[in-house]
Amino acid sequence: MIIKILIIVFILFAVYRTVARFRQRDIAFRELLIWLIFWLLVGLVTIFPQKTDSIAQWLGVSRGADLLVYISIIVLFFAVFKIIVKQEKIERDITKIVRAKALAEKPDHE
Amino acid sequence: MKTAVVIPAYNESKIISQTIAGLRAQNQVSEVIVVDDGSADNTGPAARAAGAVVLRHLVNRGQGAALQTGINFALKHGAKIIITFDADGQHDAKEIVKMIEPIISGQSAVVLGSRFLVKQNQVPFSRLAVLKLAIIFTRIYTGLTVTDVHNGFRAFSAKAASQLDLRQDGMAHASEILEQIRKHRLAFCEVPVTIAYTDYSLHKGQRLSNSFRIVFELILGRLTK
Repeated sequence: MIIKILIIVFILFAVYRTVARFRQRDIAFRELLIWLIFWLLVGLVTIFPQKTDSIAQWLGVSRGADLLVYISIIVLFFAVFKIIVKQEKIERDITKIVRAKALAEKPDHE
Repeated sequence: MKTAVVIPAYNESKIISQTIAGLRAQNQVSEVIVVDDGSADNTGPAARAAGAVVLRHLVNRGQGAALQTGINFALKHGAKIIITFDADGQHDAKEIVKMIEPIISGQSAVVLGSRFLVKQNQVPFSRLAVLKLAIIFTRIYTGLTVTDVHNGFRAFSAKAASQLDLRQDGMAHASEILEQIRKHRLAFCEVPVTIAYTDYSLHKGQRLSNSFRIVFELILGRLTK
């Protein structure tokens, strides 16, 4: 199937980029490991999609595709939470900068 | 005692001069500090022309953020009493005398203005619902029993003001101030103040939808502390 080949090629490209990033010390070993495991899992699911059904059934979900959707939603919710927290921190940092600048300027006097 | 009035202002050019003039007419007021919170209109120059010291936020950061900036400035410049005051003309500058009296006498470190301690204040129903909800929520949230939460008229001793660390940039700072009063065990009291509900101030003020936002911001603030 063409879709499988396309996904595998993309995975190989992603793994290559990840390793390159690690070599350039842009990411830590821990992150490299997490991404490699992630892409390995994506590869396995791509090559043996029917295997996910048995894992899903072992977990109590009827189809593997459903399980993937459930996991994706959980991961996405968590990612949104992280982003909101991060954004809040950035907002506070902006306020700090704006305040420091307002206080550093010579105040407008009559 | 050097008394500074801090006014957070965002797009208030129509009324700011009048508010500042009212404050400067009071003998107790040594300095009026306007924090122009990134206004798009003429607020900054108008405030300056009216005789206020103007600090400018480069971009709009919210009322809580503007207050904290003004308080920091006032403390740095040796203010002994710091008053917070709304720009929109709903407070009465003549009431500053009774707001600072408990601080001068050493009875309180923080004085909070309350519109609900004045019988003749006719609070419009749309406002009443929001404010009463805020009071109940604050009681649960901070454990502090006050009669008015979102009243911008307050007075702080320099020591109390230096303990404030407002992290809520938006309107939720009003609840946060109470939270910090409790945290630092500051002696506080409420003083009845009048509120002039003009068309202008009603147009600018809090709506019911904002209260949900405030609660959300407070919860978020807790999560990301």
